[in-house]
Amino acid sequence: MATDGIAVFSRDVTKVFGRGETQVHALRGIDLKIRLGELTMLVGPSGSGKTTLLSVITGLLDATSGELVVLGQRPAELSQEELILFRRKNLGFVFQQYNLIPALTAVENVAVSLLAGGVKRRQAVARGEEFLEILGVAHRAHALPSELSGGEQQRVALARALIHEPRLIVGDEPTSALDGQTGHAVMELLRATAVRPDRAVIIVTHDARIFDFADQIAHMDDGQIVSLEENRKNGALTNVFATASAAS
Amino acid sequence: MNFVALKMLVSDRAKYFSLIFAIAFASFLLANQISIFIGIMARPSSQVQDVVDADIWVMDPQTLYDGEVYSLRDYDLYRVRSVPGVEWAVPLYKGLGRAKGPDGKFRTVILLGVNDATLVGAPRKMLLGSIYDLDRPDAAIIDNAGFQYFFPGEPLQVAKTLEMNERRVLIVGISDASAPFQSFPVLHTRYSQALGFVGRERNLLSFVLAKPAAGMTVAEVCRRIEAATGLKARSTAEFSWDAFLFYIRNTGIPVNFGITVMIALIVGTVIPGQTFYIFTVENLKQFGALKAIGVTNRRIVGMILLQAIVVGGTGYALGMGITAAFFARTVNYLPTRGIVFPWQVMAGIAVVVLFVVGLASLISIRRVLVLEPAVVFRG
Repeated sequence: MATDGIAVFSRDVTKVFGRGETQVHALRGIDLKIRLGELTMLVGPSGSGKTTLLSVITGLLDATSGELVVLGQRPAELSQEELILFRRKNLGFVFQQYNLIPALTAVENVAVSLLAGGVKRRQAVARGEEFLEILGVAHRAHALPSELSGGEQQRVALARALIHEPRLIVGDEPTSALDGQTGHAVMELLRATAVRPDRAVIIVTHDARIFDFADQIAHMDDGQIVSLEENRKNGALTNVFATASAAS
Repeated sequence: MNFVALKMLVSDRAKYFSLIFAIAFASFLLANQISIFIGIMARPSSQVQDVVDADIWVMDPQTLYDGEVYSLRDYDLYRVRSVPGVEWAVPLYKGLGRAKGPDGKFRTVILLGVNDATLVGAPRKMLLGSIYDLDRPDAAIIDNAGFQYFFPGEPLQVAKTLEMNERRVLIVGISDASAPFQSFPVLHTRYSQALGFVGRERNLLSFVLAKPAAGMTVAEVCRRIEAATGLKARSTAEFSWDAFLFYIRNTGIPVNFGITVMIALIVGTVIPGQTFYIFTVENLKQFGALKAIGVTNRRIVGMILLQAIVVGGTGYALGMGITAAFFARTVNYLPTRGIVFPWQVMAGIAVVVLFVVGLASLISIRRVLVLEPAVVFRG
């Protein structure tokens, strides 16, 4: 299968939790292509499978069936150790609740991604300061997360996701805990710093205020992608793929 | 990642200090009680261990320990001397007497009558005077605690007198005898004089102290003495153990100390274990985030173990420091003299603390290892 320019390729991916009567079909045959150089949003109501799909793509959960290729690798074929190394090298995470370590300063939190890869502390912190500078929060480098505003925390989390130059950045509701203006600013920053020709960004959200930042939007419901829209530059989103769950 | 683990540990000061103090308190309690127990249980055999000249104690076959003695007959001394492998053998009297001070204050004393000719069994640690002054009429050596009892507030001095069995006892020396279990004063005198101090008894020979000939082992000579005389022969170490075991079996001391030690062990395991577990559980989300961004399970286990070792090590060091300070204060106090903090106890407590923090961290580690990193996507 050719994966040139494709960050994520999935065909008929399913994820089932539990067994027997308590079985839950979280993903029901996901077909999706996410291109490098683009920002893709997974949107849909709660329980539609967005976060499960994100977890499967990032290798945090195994797919039950189907074909999944992420940055040219098939997560199902990797051992646990290989999967961890793959994540460490290629993936950057931005979480809804930021998940910054409360005991560490902003710059130390940013440096954690490098420390996990074995980079020396001094080097990692110096690099972290550079990234905080890029994201406009260098003046808060030595503040603890509890001393930062929501927007500042999300910028620090973004710096942590970017510092090790990953090729795929995933964000889980990165603006849901922020007010509209701050969320908009964070998305602008994410778009400006994260989207590059050799990198893809996937955002799970149901915050309609940020849809304009997407190059592609996958609408999900009941574990399926019910419609896929592409954003023509500066134009309206165009529906390029649609499937009715009722039809399946 | 070690500094991340350490910062996570110390950032919550209240939990960090409660962990450390729980371990410090538990290790102090354990070290303190075990040391006191060992110190007290060494006391029943203190007069046996103070005799450094002889290696073998010969006694009536039914003797359980040195505190209760059924006297031998005088000729038993010669029977022991005649056993091949015995270099020499001398008599020793050990019994209880009553001594009265100049002000009429009296007390039961442990009286040891050592061989007139050789002074085998005489105290070797003298604070004042010389054991050779035992040659003088009515002479006796009293231990420091006994002197303090009969002559409170007075500086150590010889030539003071006591009265025993309506006879004058002339203090010619002050010894640093090990503290006996009952905390009675300890008096050493000549064997021939002991009879006069304790009154008429048909037999005075409590023990025969013997030395094996060159090339003979203590065990072999003991065996030979027992075979030849029908008496009981024990090495100094064995006889000390006999006293220790007698008190273990026949007093409530081990039960009382055992309960305290068990409580310290349970409290010391449960409280730090639970606090450490809660600490880890509260950090699960952060561990999940670390797992998601590619920190291996092995590294996270290392972080938790580092936290456990720091907490355990600091708590242990603090506990041992408090214990050492406690014994430094009490070692020179007469009633608690001889009760010290053995290094073996310190090493043992280190093993216990290692076990406690190991157990606590194992439970925490299990929780982190089974943690799905996808938990980070749950709000």
